[in-house]
Amino acid sequence: MIDYTYTIWIVLIPLIMFVILGLFGSKMKPNLAGILGSAGLFTTTILSYLTAYFYFFKAEPINGAFTSITAYNVEWLKFSDSLSIHLGVLLDPISVMMLVVITTISLMVHIYSIGYMKGDSGFQRFFAFLSLFTFSMLGLVVSTDIIQMYIGFEMVGLSSYLLIGHYYEKPSAVAASNKAFIVTRFADFGFLIGILLVSFYTGTFDFNVLTNNDASVYTSMGHASFLGMSALTWGMFLIFIGGAGKSAMFPLHIWLPDAMEGPTPVSALIHAATMVVAGVYLVARMFIVYHFQAPGTLEFIAYVGAFTSLFAAIIAITQYDIKRILAFSTLSQIGYMMLALGVSGYGGEGGVGYMASMFHLFTHAMFKGLLFLGAGSIIHAIHSNDLRDMGNLRKYMPITFITFAIAVLSISGIPPFSGFWSKDEILAAAFEHNKLIYFSSVLVAGLTAFYMSRLFFTVFYGKKTDYKHEPHESSLLMTIPLMILAFAATFAGFIPFSSFVTSDGKAFESSLSLSIAIPSVIIALSGIVLAFLLYHKKSDVPDKITVSLGFLYRATLNKFYFDEIYLFVTRKIIFNLISRPIAWFDKHIIDGSMDGIAWIIETTSIKIKGLQSGQLQQYAFVFVSGTIILVLFFAYWFI
Amino acid sequence: MNILSLLILIPTITMIGIIISPSHKIVRLVALGGMIAQLITALVLMFSYFAIRKAGITDIMVFYQDIEWFKTLNIHYIVGVDGISVAMIMLTSVIIFAGILASWEVVYLQKEFFIFLILLATGVFGFFISLDLFTMFLFYEIAVIPMYFLIGIWGTGPKEYSAMKLTLMLMGGSALMMVGLLGLYFNSSVDGHFTFNMMEIAKVNIPGNIQMYFFPFLFVGFGILGALYPFHTWSPDGHASAPTAVSMLHAGVLMKLGGYGAFRVAMYLMPAAANSLSWIFIILATISVVYGAFAVIWQKDLKFINAYASVSHVGLITFALMVMNKTSLDGAIIQMISHGLTTALFFALIGMIYGRTHTRMIDEMGGLIKVIPFLGVAFIIAGLSTLGLPGLSGFVAEMIIFIGAFQHVDIFHRVLTILVASSIVISAVYVLRMIGKLLFGPVRNEHHLELKDAKWFEKLSAGTLIVCLVGIGVAPLWLSNLISDSLSPILSKLMQFSSLYTHIF
Repeated sequence: MIDYTYTIWIVLIPLIMFVILGLFGSKMKPNLAGILGSAGLFTTTILSYLTAYFYFFKAEPINGAFTSITAYNVEWLKFSDSLSIHLGVLLDPISVMMLVVITTISLMVHIYSIGYMKGDSGFQRFFAFLSLFTFSMLGLVVSTDIIQMYIGFEMVGLSSYLLIGHYYEKPSAVAASNKAFIVTRFADFGFLIGILLVSFYTGTFDFNVLTNNDASVYTSMGHASFLGMSALTWGMFLIFIGGAGKSAMFPLHIWLPDAMEGPTPVSALIHAATMVVAGVYLVARMFIVYHFQAPGTLEFIAYVGAFTSLFAAIIAITQYDIKRILAFSTLSQIGYMMLALGVSGYGGEGGVGYMASMFHLFTHAMFKGLLFLGAGSIIHAIHSNDLRDMGNLRKYMPITFITFAIAVLSISGIPPFSGFWSKDEILAAAFEHNKLIYFSSVLVAGLTAFYMSRLFFTVFYGKKTDYKHEPHESSLLMTIPLMILAFAATFAGFIPFSSFVTSDGKAFESSLSLSIAIPSVIIALSGIVLAFLLYHKKSDVPDKITVSLGFLYRATLNKFYFDEIYLFVTRKIIFNLISRPIAWFDKHIIDGSMDGIAWIIETTSIKIKGLQSGQLQQYAFVFVSGTIILVLFFAYWFI
Repeated sequence: MNILSLLILIPTITMIGIIISPSHKIVRLVALGGMIAQLITALVLMFSYFAIRKAGITDIMVFYQDIEWFKTLNIHYIVGVDGISVAMIMLTSVIIFAGILASWEVVYLQKEFFIFLILLATGVFGFFISLDLFTMFLFYEIAVIPMYFLIGIWGTGPKEYSAMKLTLMLMGGSALMMVGLLGLYFNSSVDGHFTFNMMEIAKVNIPGNIQMYFFPFLFVGFGILGALYPFHTWSPDGHASAPTAVSMLHAGVLMKLGGYGAFRVAMYLMPAAANSLSWIFIILATISVVYGAFAVIWQKDLKFINAYASVSHVGLITFALMVMNKTSLDGAIIQMISHGLTTALFFALIGMIYGRTHTRMIDEMGGLIKVIPFLGVAFIIAGLSTLGLPGLSGFVAEMIIFIGAFQHVDIFHRVLTILVASSIVISAVYVLRMIGKLLFGPVRNEHHLELKDAKWFEKLSAGTLIVCLVGIGVAPLWLSNLISDSLSPILSKLMQFSSLYTHIF
């Protein structure tokens, strides 16, 4: 038996780094802060790799299955003898895999950022927040307890907020960071209510109990129902809302494209590879509950995922901002992961969707991280995000060009690059389960290949050569991470995922099915060819097409007006129709009536104070007339 | 000498010291020294309390002392503390310490200012240690009266109006409270002797119909101080006009007197009425929480923002009290402490920013974090605690309250919990909007480019509060343990009558 207690340090080292950099960073030389942060993260990465090695290769599986191990657990709050919140480290196949993903990408981003953020006035702050994010994300994935997961969700939300708002003097960055935080907070509200509902019936927050094979804790939930759905279905649905917010599923996707206001390494780390898959991770973590207790919700998840992936892929075609295209492609790929979970069964071969989802999460982290870092390298060179300012860059930036090409091939699903293998599994799972979702996913595969190639050909081929400053290849600090990730993006597909990460922990054989692979590769290739014809050199065909599409094109370009709808709801309804009247009501009605009481007392007092005038004649007059009245009164009464 | 009486004595000596101090510099040193001594005493008290409980002493009240001071009416000076009052005493001593530092540069009638401020704190300390209802009421009045002078003399804006409004509304509250207290007094007799001693009254079973008469008086009376909807309007005006340290103490501690009193006196001594009337107050509290939060969004003045946010967060305390189970009561007390610290930090920072920019309107400021990074970061931390971010105390309190309230068997409570929990979204909206406008973006007023960042006393003041916020946020278990044992006697009284509740719904 291996003692995993040391794994707590995987989480704590980034926290310590955050505290050090946060308190003393401003007094350090920028490079020292960068090196310190990266060194801390390097240690964490080594520890994670060791853990993965021990867990997958050294530990004895019980009954042929990888078990979940509570490596560390401490009571954080206690409500009653049975109900308490624990914080700790839970190791199981998905959390160990996530440790590897997070630390790898984070380390690459750390190293890359030393080059990318050079000369930035907030350099130390940036590294402090990177550490904070890494800590939060690691803390999230190793949750032993659903509240710890919630805490992790909030903390990554915070670090995302801080990092999106890195260029805080830009109003657009501030708006984007606020939007990201508030939208995900709204989703977390759903998550919280879901937790409360589920824990009310089960009486526990502990994942070991909640996701146990023996589902006896859920039996009491069968009876309660609301609006035709059982309490458990509601609970699991609300928990999914939390995940949907973080993973930017439709219609909570609006924050992710705007989040691209943050520095590009942040987009690579948070908004592509790690944080945005937290929702997928949450569903995977509670997969057994979804599958056995709330199959309706799982079906819903599949449709949400499929729709988001199609919706985002369509929008990505028309965008001009390189990072936004990548953001929409992230949405689309996360949709893939969600739908794979949604169509998955449990156990053995039936759980192929689950395995595929995690597999795609892994490969996507590598190639999407690479795409963003590559985009960062391009933006660094020409100081613009706009595709229309780019072209012919293959001549100037060979390393970026080659690594970017690998990433594009990978995301497009061209063998033998990693994206092909994981996407194939997803399509296979969808094919088994639901034909509609399958066809939509194949369509998305084609669209993906098309818009990624459009991006690729416009940037690296195309017309433009008249740069003000000649672009040049980025420094080694930036290109080495690109090369490492390109290596991963190429070969990650050969990892036999089905032997490690499966729905029930037991390994199974998965094989490539040609009937799925061939059509999807053909459609991807045709997407690439089409994009090549349209974009590899300047032509007016794309413009003609856009004109002929008219409104459809404009709607897509404007992301189907979702931002406008949300703005309407927040500005017009919440601000003007709720908040403003309440403020008015409070000032004029509630406070007015308090002032009114004071006014009545004051006025009455002014009116009657004339009686106390101090004039003797007046008192005498009142006295005498009072006496007369009384005399008359008594005389009348008694006589 | 009893350590609790020391908590009254130290501020009194400090006030005398201030009177005889010859110069400005010495006045504030004396004030600070006195409050440091007070803080140390409070710490000693807390640790000895832990030691006593560890030794296995299970008295409800420890450090109990009983001195008769008005025989005819059987009025005593009775002091004693349990975990809840120890926690409140700690809170008060931290905030008065930070408050003194935040008023370091008061020059106008400085001596009088510090005297009133410390007098106010004395009243609060006295209130938390008293077990005799009359003495408690006396200390309450000692705490409220200085407020009038502090706002009326050292305030800003329409200070006379605000001072008058605040004092009158709180006095109205005391009048209701007095009726309630007398009601308790005249029904406290077992053997023909009336008593104000809370622990004695707790042993008497006051008839249900009498409880129904007097509970509303007491609860509303304390509720006004706790900004219970719709009696909260003194708070925005009062805070807006009050000088920094007064806002800190008032929102941080004085508003907690309301919640503490409602709990310790009204609910503890009249549990039957508390159960049967709780539905009224829980609805009012729910309105406070949501209504207060929405009202913030439209505010432009920093102090109004925090005042309405306080209405919302203090409403959460009343809500949790009225749920009446162990977890939620625990959450209510932690929310008192958490909100006290957060709001004190907020008001301190607002005062410090106002002292530099001479405006509190968020529209007239922007990009300040670049110029005054320390204050900016502290402000963000205060904001994050307000919106309930994990790692800071606000999260702990809210989480306990939500979980506790949702464990309630009754569906009505669970629906209200969901409504109340929606405030976490609204609070995110107003906090981020405020931070975004005030601290981020371009610097809107070029005079603000020359502002200086925090001085040592400001750093110490804000830093102390931040350390407390983080301490509770990261490791809440000790605080929860400190409180939860002491809840049992009150809870068991409430539980006896909990069936009264169910036949209403």
